[in-house]
Amino acid sequence: MDTFPATLAGPTSKERKYDRQLRLWAASGQQALEEARVLLVNSDGPLGSSSTGVPGVAGVETLKNLVLPGIGGFTIVDPATVTEADLGVNFFLEEESLGKPRADETCRLLRELNPDVQGYSYSTPITELLHDQSFLPQHKLIIISGPTKRTSLDPLCRKAQDLGIPVLYLHSVGFYATFSSQLAAEFPIVETHPDPESTQDLRLLNPWPELIDVAAAMTSNLDTMDDHQHGHVPYILLLLHFLDEWKQSHEGNAPSNYKEKTEFREFVRSKARTNNAEGGEENFDEAVAAVLKTISPFSLRSTIREIFEMEQCQNLSAESPNFWVIASAINTFYSAHGVLPLPGTLPDMKAQSADYVSLQSIYKNKARSDVEEVVSTVRQLESQLNRPTTAIPESEIEVFCKNAAHIKVVRGRDIPQINSDSDTETLKSIRSQLSLSQLGLPDSLVSIFIATQILDAVVDEIQSTPQNTTLSVDDEGLWKSHTERILALLQRDDITALDQNARESIENAIQELRRAECGELHNMASLAGGLVAQEALKVLTRQYVPLDNICVFDGARSRSEMYRL
Amino acid sequence: MSLTLQYRKHLYKVLSKPGPYSDEDWVPGQDTIDSLESSKIFGAGGLGCEILKNLALSGFKDIHVIDMDTIDISNLNRQFLFRQADIGKPKAEVAAAFVEKRVKGVKITPFVGKIQDKDEDYYLQFKIIICGLDSIEARRWINSTLIGMVDPENPESLKPLVDGGTEGFKGQARVILPTLSSCIECQLDMHAPRPAVPLCTIATIPRQPQHCIEWAHQIAWQEKRKDDAFDSDDMEHISWVYSAALERAQQFSIHGVTFQMTQGVVKNIIPAIASTNAVIAASTTSEVLKIATSCNPYLENYMMYAGEEGVYTYTFEAEKKPDCPVCGNLARKMTVDPNETLEDFIDSLGERAEAQLKKPSLRTERKTLYQRFPPQLEEHTRPNLKLKLNELVDDGEEVAVSDPAFTIDFRYRLNFK
Repeated sequence: MDTFPATLAGPTSKERKYDRQLRLWAASGQQALEEARVLLVNSDGPLGSSSTGVPGVAGVETLKNLVLPGIGGFTIVDPATVTEADLGVNFFLEEESLGKPRADETCRLLRELNPDVQGYSYSTPITELLHDQSFLPQHKLIIISGPTKRTSLDPLCRKAQDLGIPVLYLHSVGFYATFSSQLAAEFPIVETHPDPESTQDLRLLNPWPELIDVAAAMTSNLDTMDDHQHGHVPYILLLLHFLDEWKQSHEGNAPSNYKEKTEFREFVRSKARTNNAEGGEENFDEAVAAVLKTISPFSLRSTIREIFEMEQCQNLSAESPNFWVIASAINTFYSAHGVLPLPGTLPDMKAQSADYVSLQSIYKNKARSDVEEVVSTVRQLESQLNRPTTAIPESEIEVFCKNAAHIKVVRGRDIPQINSDSDTETLKSIRSQLSLSQLGLPDSLVSIFIATQILDAVVDEIQSTPQNTTLSVDDEGLWKSHTERILALLQRDDITALDQNARESIENAIQELRRAECGELHNMASLAGGLVAQEALKVLTRQYVPLDNICVFDGARSRSEMYRL
Repeated sequence: MSLTLQYRKHLYKVLSKPGPYSDEDWVPGQDTIDSLESSKIFGAGGLGCEILKNLALSGFKDIHVIDMDTIDISNLNRQFLFRQADIGKPKAEVAAAFVEKRVKGVKITPFVGKIQDKDEDYYLQFKIIICGLDSIEARRWINSTLIGMVDPENPESLKPLVDGGTEGFKGQARVILPTLSSCIECQLDMHAPRPAVPLCTIATIPRQPQHCIEWAHQIAWQEKRKDDAFDSDDMEHISWVYSAALERAQQFSIHGVTFQMTQGVVKNIIPAIASTNAVIAASTTSEVLKIATSCNPYLENYMMYAGEEGVYTYTFEAEKKPDCPVCGNLARKMTVDPNETLEDFIDSLGERAEAQLKKPSLRTERKTLYQRFPPQLEEHTRPNLKLKLNELVDDGEEVAVSDPAFTIDFRYRLNFK
C-alpha cells in the first residue's frame, strides 16, 4: 500500500466491514443507521402459570440483524429471568446465563457482535420506564415482542405516536410469525430504489431543443454513413430520427397505440443494414427492442399526483418538513412544464465512446438545469414561508429531483387490533380477505392474524387480573370465550360475513397457534427476526419501501401475505 | 422432568401434538423426536452461520459442514459467528466450534475444503443436505451428484436437497427431491447470469466506468503484468486495476470509476445483508425440520422472496422438465444459428441461461467436435472451432457437452434457426 499515493489508498476498515451493505443503502443510509438507537421491549410479565413471559427470541434475532450492520445502539427492556427453556431456543444466551436477568444477558452477547454498537438493558417493566419522560425520546424505533397486554401496549404506542417514533409489533409463535407497523401519519420516502428498468425516462416524445439538435446533427447523413458509423449511431438518436420521418407521413403524429407502435417498430427494423457478416446491426436491434417501452408520452403516475394534491403539499407552513417544500417546488415545475425534472441517467447502448459521452452530457446538463430551476423555487418558498431552519441543502433537492417519479408517502396507521374500538374499515378488510377462498383462491392467511388477536386477548386477560395468574396460556375456557367474542366482532356490521370456509380457516390457525402454547421455534423466530429487521432498516434509513402495515408468515405452508388493516 | 425436556420445551410441544396441516398418519411424540435427533445433516455455503445456529437449536445433534473459505473482514456485517480476531481463519472450523460451545449436546464436524472434494459415499451418510451456496456452479454440482446417487431399489439413497440463496433484499428457498421433483438444473433459466460486456466494447469503445475497469482487469493486466497471477483479494492488485481504470476513464471522459466499483466488478460482488440471510437460512432450516419430523408439510417446492417493497413472497411448484439435462431423459432443445462458428457457439454456452457452461467439450454420437483434454485431442479437434455449425452437425442432432465443473454430461438438441 505504501507504494501508492494516498488518493489510491483503498477503503477504510469500516468501509470494508460494511462493503456488502453499502452497495445497497450507501453512506447516507449507513449514517442514518449509526445515528439510531433502537428500543426492544422483549417481554412484559408472565403469560400465565409456568411462564416467565414472551420467549423473546424473535426480538433478539431482530436486534442481531441490526447490530451486525451497525446501528448506533440498542436498549433491551425485558423483566424475565433466564430459564432452561430459554437456553434451548435463544442463541444469545449461554449456560452461565441461567437464572440471571435476560435483558442483561442477551444485551451482553449481542454486543459481542459489533464493537461499534452500544447496548443498554433494563429489567424494569416498560410501563415503569415510561414514567421517565426522557426514556422514549432517545430512540428512533421501538420493537415490541407480543403478546403484550393492552395496558402496556396502548400507552406505549400512543406515546410513540406523539413523539413520532415508529413502532413494530411482532409475534413469533410456533410456525407462525406476524408483525405490524405504526408509522407517522405521513411517512415520506425519496430513495425508494425502484427497479432500474422502470426508471428510464428518455423523453423521446418530448425532447428538449439540445437533444433535438444533436439528433438532427448526428443522423442527417444516416444513409450515406459508412457501415461502421451506421452501426454505432446511439439507438436513442435513431429513434428520434425515425420518429421524425414517421411523423412526416402521419400528419405530424407520433405512434400512439400498440398497433402503430408495432408498425413503427417494423419501420425501424427495416432501416437496419443487413448486408454484413452479422446480418444486422446491434444498435438497430436495441432501437427495435426499446420502441414499446420508450415511445410513450410523459404521464404523471397517479401516486405522485396524489402526493402533489395532499394537504401537506398544498398548504406549506414555516414548519413544513423539507420533503413537502421540495415536493411543492416540483409540483410547480410540473405545472409549468408538464413533466417532472429529468433524472438524467442514460442506459448503456452501442455507440462510439465520444458520441455516447456527449449524448450523456446532454441528458446530464438538462437534469442539472431542471434541478437549478427547482432549487430556485425552493429558495423562493423558503423566504416566503420564513422558515426558521437553515436552507435545504442543494444535494437533498438533487436527490429528490432524480427520484421524483418514484417518491412515496406511506400513510401510517395504528397497530391493527380487533376489539370494540376497531374501525369498521379494518373489520371490513379482514372480512373481504376471509371471503377470498370463495373465489377459489388459496386460504387467506388473515386467519392467522385473527388467531394472534385471540392470543393477545387471552394474555391480556391473564395479565390484567391477579386471580388469573394461575391459568395457563392454553386455557380452554379463555380461548373459547375470546374466540367467540372476536368472531362476533368480525360480524358486527355484517352478520353473513363468516362462511364455513372462513370459520374452518380460523379454527385451523388457532389449532396450529395453540400447538406451541406460546412457545417459539428457533427457525421461525429467526425468520421473523430477519423480516422485522429488514423493515427496521427501511424505516431508519428512509430508503426502499416499508411494510404498510401488516405481514403474516405461515411457516407451516411456507408463504406470506401483506395487508393494510 | 429431565434437563433436556425443559431445554427443548418449545420444540417438543410442537412435535408432540398434531396440527391442522400435519399428515393424518403422522404420529407425534417421542418417535418423532428420536428420529429428529438421530438425523445426520450436511450443510454448506455462505449462509452457513445462520444454518448451523438454526439446525442446532432445532434439535439436530449431528451436523457436518464444509466450507473452503477463510474469514474476510467483509463477512462481519452478517456472518455473526465471526469476530475481527478471526479474520484469516477457516470459516468451517470457527463456526463449528462456536455453535458447539453455545448449544448443548450438538456435535458439528467441520471440513475445510470444497464440496467437490467429497464423493458419493460421503454424501450417502446424511439424511438431508442443506446448502446456502453462493455459486451456481457448486449448486449444480451437488444437484447432479445427488441425482446420480439415487438407486430406485434403495429409498435411503434419495437425499432431499434444501437450497437457499440471497442477493441484496431478495432470495429464494427451494426443496428438491432428487429425480422426483424439479431440480436445480430444471430451474437454471430462472437464474440467468448477467450478460457479459462484449470484448470489443471493452477493448475499443468503452462508455461506462465498468467498461474501463474490465479493460484494466482483463487487458491492461495481461499486457503490463502478465507474470503476476491476478489475485482479487490482494489490495495492491486491486489498487493497480483501479488506477489503470481511472486513467482510461479520463482518456475517454468517462465519470464514475471508484475503488468500491472496481472491487465490485473485479470480484463480482453481490450485495449481502444479515436480515435477508436470516430470512432465507431460516426458511431452509424450517423445511429441513419439517422433512425430518413430518410435523408440517414441507415446501413444494420453491419460495421466492423480495423485501424491497414491504415483504413479498411467492410460493409455487416449479415443474420438472423432461428435457432437463440432469434429471430428465430427453435432450434439451437449443436454437442455434447454423452459420455460427463452433468457437462462437462454445463461447455462447457460458452465457446462455439454459447452459451456463464455462469450459465445455462437445461431441455428437458420430464424432468429437471439440475436446479440451488431453492436449493431443485438443490439438486434433481445434480446427473444428473455425467451422460453422452446419458443417459439423445436422439440424436436430444431439450434442453431448461435458465440463470439468460437473460430473455428468449435458445433452442438447441443436435446432437450426
